Amino acid sequence: MEVRVANVRKEFDRFPALHDVSLDIRSGELIALLGPSGSGKTTLLRLIAGLERPTRGKIFFGEDDASLKSIQQRNVGFVFQHYALFRHMTVADNIGFGLKVRPGATRPPAEEIRRRASELLDLVQLSGLEKRYPAQLSGGQRQRVALARAMAIEPAVLLLDEPFGALDAQVRRDLRRWLRDIHDTTGHTTVFVTHDQEEALELADRVVVMSQGRIEQVGTADEVYDTPNSPFVYGFIGDSSSLPARVEDGQVWLAERPIGLSAPDVPAGPATLFFRPHDVELLDGCGGCIAGTVVNSRRVAETRRVELEVGGDRQRVEIELPIDHAAANKSRIAFRPRKWKLFPRAD
Amino acid sequence: MADPHIETYDPEHEATSAAITESRPARAVLMAIAFVFLALFLVLPLVIVFSQAFAKGAATYLTSLSDGDTLSAIKLTLIVAAISVPLNLVFGVAAAWAIAKFEFKGKAFLTTLVDLPFSVSPVISGLVYVLLFGAQSVLGPWLKAHGIEILFAVPGIVLATVFVTFPFVARELIPLMQEQGTGDEEAALSLGASGWQAFWYVTLPNIKWGLLYGVLLCNARAMGEFGAVSVVSGHIRGQTNTMPLHVEILYNEYNAVGAFAVASLLAGLALVTLVLKTVLEMRYGAEIAATRGH
Repeated sequence: MEVRVANVRKEFDRFPALHDVSLDIRSGELIALLGPSGSGKTTLLRLIAGLERPTRGKIFFGEDDASLKSIQQRNVGFVFQHYALFRHMTVADNIGFGLKVRPGATRPPAEEIRRRASELLDLVQLSGLEKRYPAQLSGGQRQRVALARAMAIEPAVLLLDEPFGALDAQVRRDLRRWLRDIHDTTGHTTVFVTHDQEEALELADRVVVMSQGRIEQVGTADEVYDTPNSPFVYGFIGDSSSLPARVEDGQVWLAERPIGLSAPDVPAGPATLFFRPHDVELLDGCGGCIAGTVVNSRRVAETRRVELEVGGDRQRVEIELPIDHAAANKSRIAFRPRKWKLFPRAD
Repeated sequence: MADPHIETYDPEHEATSAAITESRPARAVLMAIAFVFLALFLVLPLVIVFSQAFAKGAATYLTSLSDGDTLSAIKLTLIVAAISVPLNLVFGVAAAWAIAKFEFKGKAFLTTLVDLPFSVSPVISGLVYVLLFGAQSVLGPWLKAHGIEILFAVPGIVLATVFVTFPFVARELIPLMQEQGTGDEEAALSLGASGWQAFWYVTLPNIKWGLLYGVLLCNARAMGEFGAVSVVSGHIRGQTNTMPLHVEILYNEYNAVGAFAVASLLAGLALVTLVLKTVLEMRYGAEIAATRGH
């Protein structure tokens, strides 16, 4: 099922949570809504589900205007961050709930519901736990039951709100792979919300990066990492370092010196230079480079992070070196980013 | 359950913890004071109620209970409780639902209003209805003309009792439902359940122990209420006398055995309520501990 979000605005008590958001979700796609807290990602998910109503704009499921439908009519599978399993029901009853509450004519017989619940438990690899209560399951198991329950109603769209947010790191990684497998098996159009970029980049076909109630960029993991289209995305996805710079005569200037990067397409004026700390070229002499005094050096896993003070106004910037690199012992380092991007600044 | 941050209350551990600095004798004195106080002010009166009731033997006790007016008072008390407790169950759940699960204007005011009967003297609660339905009021004569008696009749007693016992169920449910949030209901709706199905299959089972607890307290108060009922009842023997009112009448007539016999029934009700309440607290406490953080 394709989902189209068209110019949706949502306000809570006059405070806008989403500004004019539009998004096309393709059928069968696994898409992540990624952003810091307060970016509006959960609001967008709840609007698609019908748990909230848009202040303006429409949401289409295929050709149907879903904005006119209630949550029950939309037939979405929603998985909550804290599972929201019915604590007084067994695992099997939880999974069968959506079938049990159907109106008489479309309700499958009890035997059929039980069979469906068993099948779904097999799918989420929890066979044999039918009779358990939610309190008797681990967090990861509960989340898998919640997913099975959402899938039992054969939803048009599967929506997951921070599905792994309450789990510890190892379980998260396992469940991530497992969710990808399930998605590939069942082919549901799936939207999930996360603030964990690793999760979004690894799992999703496309990532929707959100900030302050707006969509910043939509793209594959490669697109949002390699060609971020805004300072926010560059800063939010992956590690990044930035320096205030200036463009003059198609050259990038830092303080009063050009640093050997040419930017013929960027209009002259103040700008911010972004680059990845690990993607830098170290230089010996400095005839057009960024040079700085080492103020801090830390070993992080397989790299050494060096913090430099650059230029007269002592801007701090971080780069990464291999741990055994000779430059790590120097007090002054000169470098030039290999890949970088300039965003004009309005000051 | 498996959540390590839930600490269960362990009295053994408590007694030996380093936080206790009082010496053994000091602790003994404190406990003795508590026990003596309880014995003097709670146990002793209770013992007297039963000893007075049986002062002239079990036969007299039974005779005084089977007196016509007494039976009628017992019956009226049961009727009043049977009407007002279910009413307050419905009102209480509705009020708690509205306060705990929705945001709306005037919510703080409604929350305060729920507590009003607790903060108003029961006599005032009764007087309100006298002013509302009495002979000098606007409503009273009109209702009387249509053959409806409110004051000095069962409807008045029920109204006063409903008013006085309103907070019990709501007060019990509001914190419970607030803590549980709306996640379970949203899950039920997303799975296609109607609002009614979500309430019946999800909300109600989640609050059942708290609800039962509130109903129990509500019932105990409904049967034992004196002040508000006394004002609206009119004390007509065999007609508008509830058990607490009947106890007073019998006592004023120097019929100690009769008065204490009826009182012993009320005391018995209190004891049963206490036992059930304790059982529920154990059960309900475990349930909350098991579902917290879930």
